[in-house]
Amino acid sequence: MTMRRSIMMVAAIGAAITLTACAAPADGGSSSNPDEKLTLWVDPNRYVEMQPLVEAYQEESGVEIELVEKAVEDIGPDFVAQVPTGEGPDMIISAHDGLGEWVKNGVVAPIEFGDKADDFLPVAAAGMAYDGQYYGVPLAIENVALVRNNALLSDTKATTFDELIAEGASAGTEFSVLIQQGEASDPYHMYPLQTSFGAPVFKQNADGSYTNELALGGDAGHAWAEYLAKLGRDGTLDIAVDGAVAGQAFGDGKSPYIITGPWGIPGMQEAGIDFTVLPVPSAGGQPSQPFVGVSGIFISAKSKNPVLANDFVVNYLTTEAAQDLLYETSKRSPALKASADKVTDPIIAGFNAAGAEGAPMPAIPEMSAVWGFWGTTEAQIIDGQVDPIAGWDALVQNIQAAIDAG
Amino acid sequence: MAFRTSTDPALSARGRVLSAGFFVKLALVGLADAFGLYGVLTAWAIGQWAILAFLVAVLILVNWAYFSRRAVAAKYLIPGLIFLFAYQIFAMGYTGYVAFTNYGDGHNSTKEDAIAQISEQNEVRLEGSATYPLTVLAQGDQLAFAIVDDGDVLLGTADQPLDEVRGAEHQGDDVTSVPGWQTLQFVDIASRQDEVVALRVPMSDDPADGSLRTQDGSTGFVAVPVLQYDEESDTFVDTRDGTVYHVSDTGNFVSDDGKVLTPGWRVGVGFANFTSFVTDARMAGPFAEIFVWTFAFAFLSVVTTFALGIFLAVTFNDSRLRSRRVYRSLLILPYAFPGFLSALVWAGMLNDRFGYINVVLFGGADIPWLTDPSLAKVSIILVNLWLGFPYMFLICTGALQAVPADLVDAARIDGAGRWGIFRNVTLPFVMVSVAPLLIASFAFNFNNFALIYMLTGGGPNFVGTPYVVGHTDILISMVYSVAFESGSKQYGVASALSLLIFVLVGIISWVGFRRARRLEEI
Repeated sequence: MTMRRSIMMVAAIGAAITLTACAAPADGGSSSNPDEKLTLWVDPNRYVEMQPLVEAYQEESGVEIELVEKAVEDIGPDFVAQVPTGEGPDMIISAHDGLGEWVKNGVVAPIEFGDKADDFLPVAAAGMAYDGQYYGVPLAIENVALVRNNALLSDTKATTFDELIAEGASAGTEFSVLIQQGEASDPYHMYPLQTSFGAPVFKQNADGSYTNELALGGDAGHAWAEYLAKLGRDGTLDIAVDGAVAGQAFGDGKSPYIITGPWGIPGMQEAGIDFTVLPVPSAGGQPSQPFVGVSGIFISAKSKNPVLANDFVVNYLTTEAAQDLLYETSKRSPALKASADKVTDPIIAGFNAAGAEGAPMPAIPEMSAVWGFWGTTEAQIIDGQVDPIAGWDALVQNIQAAIDAG
Repeated sequence: MAFRTSTDPALSARGRVLSAGFFVKLALVGLADAFGLYGVLTAWAIGQWAILAFLVAVLILVNWAYFSRRAVAAKYLIPGLIFLFAYQIFAMGYTGYVAFTNYGDGHNSTKEDAIAQISEQNEVRLEGSATYPLTVLAQGDQLAFAIVDDGDVLLGTADQPLDEVRGAEHQGDDVTSVPGWQTLQFVDIASRQDEVVALRVPMSDDPADGSLRTQDGSTGFVAVPVLQYDEESDTFVDTRDGTVYHVSDTGNFVSDDGKVLTPGWRVGVGFANFTSFVTDARMAGPFAEIFVWTFAFAFLSVVTTFALGIFLAVTFNDSRLRSRRVYRSLLILPYAFPGFLSALVWAGMLNDRFGYINVVLFGGADIPWLTDPSLAKVSIILVNLWLGFPYMFLICTGALQAVPADLVDAARIDGAGRWGIFRNVTLPFVMVSVAPLLIASFAFNFNNFALIYMLTGGGPNFVGTPYVVGHTDILISMVYSVAFESGSKQYGVASALSLLIFVLVGIISWVGFRRARRLEEI
């Protein structure tokens, strides 16, 4: 009996080891070749849009690029967290406003882009630069604009935002102008109105780059805060109307005007709306400057394939062929001058006209301290929970304190 | 070997019976061994030695415990202990380690990484220099660059500046071959990328002329370092004006007049993180308030839910009440809904302009339930009461069954009123079984992040604090805000605060359990 038991035990252990032995080779094989394949993090939209480019590059050079889909808000923070471990991606595609934080944390590699910078739109190239060095190649630029539903209103005669609201009301729909809000409001969509009061978020140098001096306080800021409170009282702005609600309402024809960006266009086209893209009228007397976001591709500082990544980013993606192909798949305003000139789409032209005087989104690290406080304060002002002047002053104080601490 | 028969008393006392249970144990341990060995082999393949050591230790422990005859207690405790170690003790240890560093935005990685990045970020293109189509060549281990300048082929290595080389062939601007050197194709470069990118070939003997470098293996450009690292003195020197940047205690290179180079690196900062909340004048006041509120919130939550729970339990325990089952089922409903969902729904109902409470129950009043600091705290306690009383109701109902009915009768005969019976007979018996649960409930509410985050997000924000914290924040939600939400991520400070919370909860629980033990002596 003792002998039988030991035999069974040995048999069982032997079976266990065989099981593991079957599994092990599969693992050993995959980790032996980390080169020859680049990893590129993209958001769900870009995942679809970049496929043809990646395939075209693979045909040309034989280098395989793996697209990894990540949520838009995760790309930046995960990039900063993972690069130091050495397990991060080789490249990412993201909006440029995280660049200052990435440079401060040492996770992006500078690229030699100088000769080709002139081929790109100035605002696009400026978005990829930080502290005198270039860190990425711009792919597309975007900004918000006013979109009109031609079925409800066929002409826009308003020159100020107040006139626009009145015009919108004359259409007799549930909303006059839709600007999406939410629990934390949406300072990005409302920036053209804020700048028209002369209250940009940071002061700019003569060459357009941002200082870290706050400029959204003072009398200009107070005027904007009071205007916000008025819009909230009149019911033009409502925190309950978030991005999804606003897009749906416009698609259902419940408003003649909406302030949105190019990402909202496919939804409108699907709903069969005949629309026109216009610049946002000024609310406070000065020109309205929407934020111009530059979508670009950046290389990790600890990439294991720097030569391949640079070849893809600097040599392939800066060509006219690549930028044209990207425009075809994504329908976003190209960053390359030659490609942008070829665009005849009136929608893109409309967005470009709205963003012609736009302000690039600040990429300085101090910007991250701003968003959290900015949105919640604007929501409180719109909702009437706090006195506009007191709330705005508290906001400026909070942001300044956060900047001084970090 | 002599075979023993099964009737041998020595064997039946000593030998193990091959029961079904033995086979089950064999199968399970075999499975655990299989997964463990798989993990060990994988860890070996990717070079993660800590995980390998841990898995080997676990495997040895598991096999010893389950096949040994004596370690009976270990057989019950080992699975729990393994997961406790992996998910709790290791996490706590790592948090403790981070708490003594300044890991966060701007101090993201190691000093070597920081030096490499500062050098890389501060190497700029020489003004007015050209770019050259470049060929990479190799001679054994050594790499060289070759360019065509004015019809001549120039070759240089890391030690030798660019110099004309005879006998080399070129086609236009591309160097095709150089005697004694092997031309590297794209594929060869791909396997030596780090070396190619790190190579700097001096343009001439004068360092001011810069060095040739490439980033993509086919184009070369001339760069000069603006900041140069000196290994002996461990400083960075600015080549334009000679400013020297020394290492500071806080993990940065700092010049004498206070200019800081980024990125920095992680350094230990001792107890600075722990004291930062008290020494920072802007945070000291709000931190004290949040600290007190955390204790108050946990204590009041336990007291209110227990009071309501036991009141309802006693009421519904009365046999004279009809359809008790229906009432009890209805009362359990708040406990059945997921807490996240309930908190969000309550946040909507307490909205001061559109919320159900204000519009319907108060007829259009504008009571700022969630935006006034004191009212927000009251709202949180009330919502937690709604969420928590079914649990207390359940456990008190159970505990009430253990109260001896004859003691209650005896008390009534002695003339005690309902309150007297409750205070002297019912409550002590209930507390014997419920006291540990009350302590656990206190510990849970001390860290009730979900409710605070979903209902008020921390509540009306304090003015002038460097982090986004508010009047209804408890310690744990403040940690979350410090770590992730306040712009610059400060993991070191957040970890220190987490350790503080752990110590507090641990002490309170320990004290509570010791006092609860005394209750059992009835």
